[in-house]
Amino acid sequence: MVFAEQRENKFKKSAFEVVSAANTLAKESGSELVAVVIGDQVKAIASSLGAYGASRVIAAENPKLRQYSTTAFANIVSEIALKEKAEILLLPASAMGKDLAPRIAVKLDAGLASDCTALKWENSELIATRPVYAGKALVDVKITSARKVVTLRPNVFSADQADGKEAAVETAEFTLSDAEYSTMVKETTQSSGRIDVAEADIIVSGGRGLKGPENFKLIEELAGVLGAAVGASRAVVDAGWRPHDEQVGQTGKTVSPSLYIAVGISGAIQHLAGMSSSKYIVAINKDKDAPIFQLADYGIVGDAFEIIPVFTKEVRTLLGK
Amino acid sequence: MKIFVCVNHVPDTETKVKVASDGRSVDPTGVNYVINPFDELAVEEGLQLKQKHGGEVVAVSLGGDAHKETLRKTLAMGVDKAVLLKDGTPRDSFSVARALADFLKEQSPEIVLFGKQSIDSDNAAVAPMVAEMLGIPSVTVVVKLEIDGTKVTAEREIEGGHEKVETQLPVVIAAQKGLNEPRYPSLKGIMAAKSKPIEELQPSPASNKVEVLVMRKPGAKSAGKIIGNDASAVPELVRLLHEEAKVI
Repeated sequence: MVFAEQRENKFKKSAFEVVSAANTLAKESGSELVAVVIGDQVKAIASSLGAYGASRVIAAENPKLRQYSTTAFANIVSEIALKEKAEILLLPASAMGKDLAPRIAVKLDAGLASDCTALKWENSELIATRPVYAGKALVDVKITSARKVVTLRPNVFSADQADGKEAAVETAEFTLSDAEYSTMVKETTQSSGRIDVAEADIIVSGGRGLKGPENFKLIEELAGVLGAAVGASRAVVDAGWRPHDEQVGQTGKTVSPSLYIAVGISGAIQHLAGMSSSKYIVAINKDKDAPIFQLADYGIVGDAFEIIPVFTKEVRTLLGK
Repeated sequence: MKIFVCVNHVPDTETKVKVASDGRSVDPTGVNYVINPFDELAVEEGLQLKQKHGGEVVAVSLGGDAHKETLRKTLAMGVDKAVLLKDGTPRDSFSVARALADFLKEQSPEIVLFGKQSIDSDNAAVAPMVAEMLGIPSVTVVVKLEIDGTKVTAEREIEGGHEKVETQLPVVIAAQKGLNEPRYPSLKGIMAAKSKPIEELQPSPASNKVEVLVMRKPGAKSAGKIIGNDASAVPELVRLLHEEAKVI
């Protein structure tokens, strides 16, 4: 079973990734794949999960569920999982998924493997690979309880429209007391136009080599043209140049974009741990001995203040923007 | 207000991870252990809550004698009491949460603070698990917290924004960077912490549901090519990204 996250009645990309990854597991083990979606009037979007492999989608609807509630959502998912006798429950390791999965695991008396980057069957047992120490090491884990809860790191599993069918949509029956709604999101604020590093396909990150917060406009411009998120090293976040939520590294976010461009970042161990699983890494740094070059697929040893404006211009020409 | 802060003792961020001879854990040789950085935020928040609302702050850690170093740090920062749930067995999140919840339920806490995740196993699971076991609400990845009577308003970080969550005491809060600036222990605090006792208790036994089969280092990336030394290299870089890597 899969929990498919939606916000404002649109599925998140990670919802499709989780359904698709679960579909692979279900096919290999000959199991049925059921998805759960929670919200207000979410039936309308539910059938689209069929394209990614869900045969049934159970929609739990209530006007109160338009906003996220940890307690209510955890209850609904657990109830449906028990009713459906789900053996494996997968969620995205998103802000919502990571908030929900541990509570659901306790309700189901299930072991939890968080933020997994690979799944496979071995002698009909599910083996999950997950990074630890922000990616400095990987562990393969086996969940030994009968029911298992797994969260999948966003941006790692591909969302394949394999089956191209429509899923059958059912309405979940559930009753929740007022107490279940007692923990409730009252307001969501999205920074307009900003992409979060945890979800971004391309990240342009800046470090101390940029010399001051005002120079991050170079990074923002390049990120803007690429449709990328802006990231930052711990040094510049600690110095107050950039907000905490842009920090990449062991005490920030661990990211796996297709392309990571590190500008003026020398590459402290804790930063490298957080971005080393990026598919392609570009480093631009004055110091040819900077550790970041050890990881970079492509590097330019030179002055970021000269290079980045040209980079932005070249990309703009390429993309016709 | 009865405030509890759960803290972990972890390898610092400069640690280069080496896999131990058992093939399933980190070789502790030469590793410098510190209080989990996110837990420092939890300790600071506990101290600030005590300042505003009165009461007592108790730090709790589950682990071996080495965890006393981290508990001493919390005492030096200003917590009133420190408790070590002394344990030598490896535990998964569920089993850690069970031991903490079993301890906490006897204490009737009003607020239990955690860091948003431990920077070793990176599960971000123990705080909500403890809340579920105690049957109380939890808010994770919290960057702003206000408590008014029993009403709790917390702001949590989500992808590209924030959620404002309302709930009530008792509550479990998992702290994220931005919540506060953890204080440095004063010299007086450090001296005083040396003579404060650390209570040792026996945690409930481990019963793990997740087994680590193998730990390994990720495949080392080999250094790529240096394309040039100034802006004249940019067209080639863009061509490679477009044609070879196909990422733009």
